[in-house]
Amino acid sequence: MCSYIVEKTALVGSAKGRKGWMRIDTANVYFDHPYHSTLDHVLAIDFTNEGEGGRDRVAIELSADSARALVERILAALASGELAHGKPAPASANAPVVVM
Amino acid sequence: MSHYRGLQGEPVMFRGHNGDQGEAYYARPIGSGKYPGVVVIHHLPGWDEWIIEVVRKFAHHGYAAISPHLYFREGSDSPDDIGARVRAAGGVADAQIMGDVAGAMAYLRAQHNANGKVGAIGFCSGGRHCYLAACTLSGIDAAVDCWGGNVIVDNPKDLNDKRPVAPIDLTEKLSCPLLGIFGNDDVNPTADQVNRTEAVLKRLGKNYEFHRYNGAGHAFFNTSRDAYRPEQALDGWKKVFAFFERRLAASATPIAAE
Repeated sequence: MCSYIVEKTALVGSAKGRKGWMRIDTANVYFDHPYHSTLDHVLAIDFTNEGEGGRDRVAIELSADSARALVERILAALASGELAHGKPAPASANAPVVVM
Repeated sequence: MSHYRGLQGEPVMFRGHNGDQGEAYYARPIGSGKYPGVVVIHHLPGWDEWIIEVVRKFAHHGYAAISPHLYFREGSDSPDDIGARVRAAGGVADAQIMGDVAGAMAYLRAQHNANGKVGAIGFCSGGRHCYLAACTLSGIDAAVDCWGGNVIVDNPKDLNDKRPVAPIDLTEKLSCPLLGIFGNDDVNPTADQVNRTEAVLKRLGKNYEFHRYNGAGHAFFNTSRDAYRPEQALDGWKKVFAFFERRLAASATPIAAE
């Protein structure tokens, strides 16, 4: 059954969609029936910019196992990256753009 | 069983809830005959290719079928993008969907090829909507609920402004014969929930028939998913067409006269 359960999180970042790169401020995360995958259920993430109306999105559909593996690899990449580069200050969507 | 290999399918405009005008897909046999109508209610992910194929399947079997795009108010983007936005917004209110289903029924009855009978079928969340329509709309001659979950709502917290009433609580108002198709491995609705729904229908003396399939879960008609179970799906489609043939033929007896 399709549910309406969506985990929503604010984020700071960019994603490349059908119109090229775009700022994103929201991820909608859910585990439900896919649109494209043949799996019965997928972990789906829609990256959007709600501040700009949320009409464009970058979408992914992952199997449950691969989604869990991805979460682990994201955390591992952050840990090793921050060890190498130092932990950055919290990012803000409203931070001024610094032109070097 | 008659097959109508000459058919016409196309997007059309219809009037839905509040008189809003939106898009629907309409397919019917080519010919001068009178045909029963079927409203096809899509699932939550949206008005996708599979649901359009279902509309054409009904036309192939001699029905004038229409599937209203229940998210047409969201614009003309691709159905999957629109479906994602609707999901993020918590879905569409039941009242609006009932208005759109009623509008689609009116569209069918207004066509010169209509025999006057109209059935409804829904899949997944559309199965729930179909159950709801059969209990709240007048003019449905037969309804088919394909694995609609949340007909029974065990946790009252799952009710909200958009979905304020559990369909099971409206069963007393069910006004047409109901066919239910379910997979025993489904988790929403579970086999227990299907049994409890049937118990209510039985207690209230409603005209219904339920078919349960072993080795099948949710959405087992859907040929584009791993959930597809060809043997069970073929039998399920036979049940659907036999049901509609009995109930929607021009000579079918109204339920009140049985």
